[in-house]
Amino acid sequence: MNAVRHALGRIASAVFLSVVGAFFALPMLWLASAPFDATPSITVSVPEFTLANFRAILDNPYALGSIGNSVIQAGGAAAVVVVLAALAAYALSRVRVPGRDVLLYVLLLLSSVVTGTAAMVPIFELATRLDLIDTHLGVILVVSGGLLPAAIFILKDFMDATPTSYEESARVFGASPLQILRHIVVPVVRPGLATIAVWAVASVWGGFLMQYILLRDPEKSPSAVILYTLYTEGGQPNLDLISTFSLLYSLPVVLMYLFVSGRYGFRFHGGIKQ
Amino acid sequence: MTISLHGLTKVFPGGARALDSLDLDIGEGEFFALLGPSGCGKTTLLRSIAGLETPSSGTVSIGGADVTALPPGRRDVAMVFQDYALFPHMDVTANIAYPLRIQKVPRSRREAAAAEVAGRLSLSELLRRRPGQLSGGQQQRVALARAIACRPKVFLFDEPLSNLDARLRLEARTFLKRLQGELGVTTVFVTHDQGEALALAHRVAVMDAGRITQVGAPAEIFHRPATTFVASFIGSTPMNLLPGKVAGDALHVAGAVLPAPPGLPDGEEIVYGVRPEYADLSAAPRDDAFPGTVAVLENLGTSTLVTLEGGGDDGDLLVQVVVPEGEEPPAGTAAWAVPRPGRALIYHGDRLIHPA
Repeated sequence: MNAVRHALGRIASAVFLSVVGAFFALPMLWLASAPFDATPSITVSVPEFTLANFRAILDNPYALGSIGNSVIQAGGAAAVVVVLAALAAYALSRVRVPGRDVLLYVLLLLSSVVTGTAAMVPIFELATRLDLIDTHLGVILVVSGGLLPAAIFILKDFMDATPTSYEESARVFGASPLQILRHIVVPVVRPGLATIAVWAVASVWGGFLMQYILLRDPEKSPSAVILYTLYTEGGQPNLDLISTFSLLYSLPVVLMYLFVSGRYGFRFHGGIKQ
Repeated sequence: MTISLHGLTKVFPGGARALDSLDLDIGEGEFFALLGPSGCGKTTLLRSIAGLETPSSGTVSIGGADVTALPPGRRDVAMVFQDYALFPHMDVTANIAYPLRIQKVPRSRREAAAAEVAGRLSLSELLRRRPGQLSGGQQQRVALARAIACRPKVFLFDEPLSNLDARLRLEARTFLKRLQGELGVTTVFVTHDQGEALALAHRVAVMDAGRITQVGAPAEIFHRPATTFVASFIGSTPMNLLPGKVAGDALHVAGAVLPAPPGLPDGEEIVYGVRPEYADLSAAPRDDAFPGTVAVLENLGTSTLVTLEGGGDDGDLLVQVVVPEGEEPPAGTAAWAVPRPGRALIYHGDRLIHPA
């Protein structure tokens, strides 16, 4: 009796896990098969193999350029976020500022407002007055502002986990603050910096609303915005182009993940005896 | 190089007074220990010499030059941290050569220098390893090598042996003392382990609450502790410190009648100190001995630490005696602890008055 119950339990859990797995796998399967299908639909099927969809997307005047725009905006924002967050997190971790924790929590709270829709109107107004509409710089600054608080918060943890004795040791040997940052702190928190960079790139890569609002010119729009314009003349979503472009759009981020985890994977060689 | 501290005071924000107007002179080539319980200010003192703490007032001089206002990197000192602070992303060579890298020594020269120092500390096989791949003892030697490589005027060690396990600590202690002797560089180290301080140092400063209670050679600190604090802190078995009273030319201490040193006024309260190693156990009653019942026997290997309870007027005093192998009394029997003449310490008003 117990054995039967046990077997039934195993079957039930396997079925449940399969269903959950299918929910995650089906969209991925669609992304892998639809671009090569002559007549893609919103169902997953064995494709009628063709590369015509790729030709069609290359003929779109904005598609390839938009991936370049995404690279500029995501890369620029990641650079701004990593540099500023690293400096701010280092300072916040090492200097005792009264009300430091409150400051961090308020920043974190505000960041969800800044990236969200609530501050959209004033941000647009500000960007207009500063002549930042339709510029990569405008997008980079606005999205970086949204990402910075969380990035500082996460990096501060990495900085806190780095023993101050590393820096003091270097100081006694005569290293300047800049040398300490370059020789010791940055290499030691490199996994944290890589995490923040990947996260920033991925967020900006997938970001839509800010880019949609701040950029009028399709020449400057990133892929996420261009994807939204791929409709047929009849106003129906053009699944041939959307599926193909989605695949092209995903590839750079996947490649970046592979590169970063291969190169800066999460290694930590302890130099402190616990 | 000599080190001189004058009126050194450090008050942390929040009011904690870690150093209280402290004066100290450390001689050329001396191996000097700062000993005390945690929170006594010994680490703050070491960090003040390094320049990692800025004193609230007072001066620090190294080699006769006032360095109070100099940043740590310009004081020509090397510090070994308690956690070693080896840079985890650099291999052993790069770690040892780091001070030379800061001094802009060309790569080939500094790597040769690192290899030479590493050879001296038996690290030649490990030059390409990262700190995470080294044992605790090897990490400690790398930290020492890094300090030696920059040829400083002064070495500062913060609890250099506390992260090693017990057996390794004894080996490292002998090694460290020989190394310091060979290098002849003035060395200050901090420890809370009295055995380490006595074994390593030429002179020891015992610290308490931001002040130096006593400075002296290990033998002097051990035989003539200036206060009951030092007496209770020094020694591998805690000293018996028993309250007593002067009665004419005798002392009444915990049930024993002992000869009083001259010059003590009648009726004064005193504290009578005797180390467990400097007392003998008698099975027969004696007037000049502390009576009690054998309560605990602790085997120390070549000897046994015996705790007698029931001494004193109200019977709650404990007296400890170290007895040689094979002479342990049975537990629960009556015994008398006889202090050896000439080994007793008498404190009056927390100051040592005998032996004068």
